[in-house]
Amino acid sequence: MSAAQIEIQMVAAVVAVACALPGAFLVLRGMAMMSDAISHAILPGIVAGVLLTGSLHSPFLILAAALTGLLTTVLVETINNTGQVKEDAAIGIVFPVLFSLGVVMIAKFAGDMHLDTDAVLLGELAFAPFNRFTVFGYDLGPQALWIMGSVLAVNAFFLLLFYKELKLATFDPSLASSLGFRPRPLHYALMGLVSLTAVSAFDAVGSILVVALMVGPPATGYLLTDRLDVLIGLSAGIGIGNAVLGYWGAHLLDASIAGAMATTTGIAFGAAVMCAPKRGLVAQWRRRRRQRWTFAEQMLSIHLRQHENTPEANRECRIEHLQEHLNWEPDFAQRVVSYASKKGTIRRENGHLSLTEDGRAVAQDAATRT
Amino acid sequence: MPPSSDSNPAALSVRDLTVAYQEEPVLWDIDLTVPSGVLMGIVGPNGAGKTTLLQAILDIVPPAAGQVRIFGAPYEEQRHRVGYVPQRGSVDWDFPTNALDVVLMGLYGRLGWIRRPGTDEREEAYAALEKVGMADYADRQISQLSGGQQQRVFLARALVQEADLYFMDEPLQGVDATTERAIFDILRTLQKRDCTVVAVHHDLQTVPEYFDHVMLLNVRRIASGPVEEAFTEENLRRTYGGRVGFLKQQDMGTTAPDGSEETEPS
Repeated sequence: MSAAQIEIQMVAAVVAVACALPGAFLVLRGMAMMSDAISHAILPGIVAGVLLTGSLHSPFLILAAALTGLLTTVLVETINNTGQVKEDAAIGIVFPVLFSLGVVMIAKFAGDMHLDTDAVLLGELAFAPFNRFTVFGYDLGPQALWIMGSVLAVNAFFLLLFYKELKLATFDPSLASSLGFRPRPLHYALMGLVSLTAVSAFDAVGSILVVALMVGPPATGYLLTDRLDVLIGLSAGIGIGNAVLGYWGAHLLDASIAGAMATTTGIAFGAAVMCAPKRGLVAQWRRRRRQRWTFAEQMLSIHLRQHENTPEANRECRIEHLQEHLNWEPDFAQRVVSYASKKGTIRRENGHLSLTEDGRAVAQDAATRT
Repeated sequence: MPPSSDSNPAALSVRDLTVAYQEEPVLWDIDLTVPSGVLMGIVGPNGAGKTTLLQAILDIVPPAAGQVRIFGAPYEEQRHRVGYVPQRGSVDWDFPTNALDVVLMGLYGRLGWIRRPGTDEREEAYAALEKVGMADYADRQISQLSGGQQQRVFLARALVQEADLYFMDEPLQGVDATTERAIFDILRTLQKRDCTVVAVHHDLQTVPEYFDHVMLLNVRRIASGPVEEAFTEENLRRTYGGRVGFLKQQDMGTTAPDGSEETEPS
C-alpha cells in the first residue's frame, strides 16, 4: 500500500465514524431522510460562501453551509408544524428547492469557479491526499483528515456528554420534556451536527456517500443488536468496514471510490437483512421450519398419550392411522415419526408407536401450555 | 403561622386552562382542583382532550391561556415531585433497549443533565421492576414484552421517580384482567403513601371501583369531584352526548362507551 492509499482509507474511515454517530440517532428517530435533505440543501450555503470568500477551502464556507443545514431543519419543522403536510412531504418540499437554488446560483454566478454539482454529489476521495495540512512548513497529513477528525471529535464529545438525554428524547420525547430535558434544542443540536458533518464531508466524499454512511451502517447495526450503545459502536465499525472494502472494490474495478463505498454499504445491509442472527430472513425461515417440526412432534405425542393403555391403542397408535386422525400426508407422517424417534420421544415396534419418558414429558408440557 | 390551607395546598390546581392546536380549542377554560392524596380518574369520549390536558399540565404542549399550580407552585419548580406515565402507544417499542433501561429513564430527572446512572440507580430500577412483578424480565428487549408487561415497565419507571403526584395516560389500556388488578393494587399502595394519582381512564364501569375522585371531560370540564357526587348519569350524558344508558345496569357486562365506539342506548 502506498502512503496515499493509506491516507485515503484513513480519511474514509474517519468520515464513516463521524457520520455513523449522529446517523444512529437519525435512524432511530425515523428521520433518516433528514440526512439526505441536509446534505443536498447545503449547496446554496456553499455557493454563497464561495462567492463571499472566493475560496473553496475557507472555514467560513463550513459555517455558511452549516447554517443552511440548520435552516433546512427549521423550514422542515415549520412546514411540519402547520399540520397540513406530513414530515416526509415537508422534507421533499424543502430540500429540492434549496438544492436547485444552489444549482441556479452556480450557473449564474460561479460558472468560472472550481465548483460543479458533480463535485458536490460525488466528491473525489482520490484527491484527498493532495490537499496537505502544513504548519510552519511541516506536513501534517491530508487536510481532509484534520477537518473530519475535528468533526468526529465534536460529534463524539456531544454524544458522550448528552448520550442519556438523546436516548430519552429519542425513545420518549414526552417524558423527556416533562422531566425538563428539552427535546427541541436537543433536536436542533443533533441536526446542527448532521449539518456540520455533511458540510465538512462533502468536499472529500460527496453528499451521496454522506447519506449512505449516515443511514446504512446504523440501519445495518439495528438488525444485529438490541442495545443502543452496541448499536452505536457497531454503526461505527460497519461504517469503517464499508469504507475500506469499498475502497478496495473501487481499486479492483477501477471505479469511483465514493460510488463503490455506497454500493458496499447497500450490500452490507442486504447481508444483514438476510443473515442477522435473530431478525434476519434466514433465521426467521429456520425458526418457522423448526417450529413446524416441534409442533408436529407435540401433536403426535399428545395423540399417543391420549390413547396410551386404552383398548383402541393398537389401532390408534399406528403410523397409518395418523393420516386419518391428524390429517397428515403419509410422507409427512413418516418424517414426523422419524424426527420424533431420532429425538427419542417415541418408540417404534412392529409399526406400533409408543411414547418414551421424554415423549410423555413433551406431551405433558404441550398440553399444559395450551 | 400561615393558615393550614396555604401550607397544605391542593396537589393540582388548574385555572382557566385553554389549549388550541388549530382554530378550534382542544381544551376550553378548564378549572380543576385535585386534593392531595386522592385517586382521580379522567374520563371522556375520544378527542375530549384527556391526553392534551395532561400534556398541558406537564408543560409538554403550550397552553393558549391559563395557570397550573402543583402543590401551590408552577410545574417548573415542582418537576421533581411529579411522575408521568405517557400512553404506551406513544413510544417506539422496537427501540434497542431493555426493560431495566427503560425504568432507569425515570431517574434521569433526578440525575439532571450529563450525569449518568450508576450502580445505585440500577439497583433502584431493579427494585421497582420487582414491585411490579417484572424483575425476571429486566434484561428482556422491550419489543419482546406483552402489552401488559410493557405497561408494568412504564409503571415501574414512574415508581422510581418517587413522586408525590402522578399523571398516567391510560395505564390500563390493552392489559388483561390480572394485570389490571395488579396495576391498581400498586396505585392503591401509592395512595397509602399519601401520593396523588391522576389517571386517564377509558372504562366507565370500573370508575367507582377504582377511583375516589373523577373528572368528566369533553373539551370543557363537565364535572369533577368525589365519584359519588360527580359520576352521575346526568353528567355522563352531558359528557358523552346523551347516549349513555348503561350506568344503572353496570353488572350486565356491557362495554363502556368511549367516543366513536359508543354502544347504542338501551
